[in-house]
Amino acid sequence: MARVTIQTQDFDVAAEIAALRGGDPGVGAVCSFVGTVRDRNDGSPVTAMELEHYPGMTEKAIEEMIDEACRRFDIRGARVIHRVGALQVQDQIVLVVVTSPHRGESFRACEFLMDYLKTQAPFWKKESTPEGERWVDARVADDAALARWGISSRNG
Amino acid sequence: MKVKVRYFASIREAVGQGSEELQARGETLGALRDELIARGGAHASALARGKAVRMALDQVMSDETAALREGCEVAFFPPVTGG
Repeated sequence: MARVTIQTQDFDVAAEIAALRGGDPGVGAVCSFVGTVRDRNDGSPVTAMELEHYPGMTEKAIEEMIDEACRRFDIRGARVIHRVGALQVQDQIVLVVVTSPHRGESFRACEFLMDYLKTQAPFWKKESTPEGERWVDARVADDAALARWGISSRNG
Repeated sequence: MKVKVRYFASIREAVGQGSEELQARGETLGALRDELIARGGAHASALARGKAVRMALDQVMSDETAALREGCEVAFFPPVTGG
């Protein structure tokens, strides 16, 4: 099964979790994170969003993040889906699912993957607001989140 | 050196194209950025020194000291904002 998928269509969280567990009796914990489109950002109402990526590099970058998560944490499997294209408020944007024997490792690996993805995977968000369209600025807080794992980033 | 240059997001919009092929005179990513800035116009403002510009060489995040290779793919883009 693919570990990384970039797609325009929505995803079914329950189906993805079931597929990742896939009859693996060594799994004792499943942790999932879903990122969604918020109706406000930086003080402005947001009505829609457009997501761009770098085909090829985006997939490779996330594959490497999962390899790193497998080295750092005792996990059984990981799955990342990220949507691109036109999205509406409340739409699902990203899914990270991690399975592990015990809960601590899947909680940590899931957060590690999201922190890594926020600053190192080539995606760009453009928001529609009442004042027009604008590219979302990177946040320094996201670099700080990755730094907790001992990885320095200067994205924001 | 023949190089394929790709632009993404706000930088792509600013320069008005997603990609181009060119002959680089310099040997590093930083030298290529300088060559593009020297064109003036939209390239100069979008890639200006002091602006937050990220770079990739053959689809791997790289810094300005990275050495260009014949036929390589270079990308310029703003800080990433996925997730």
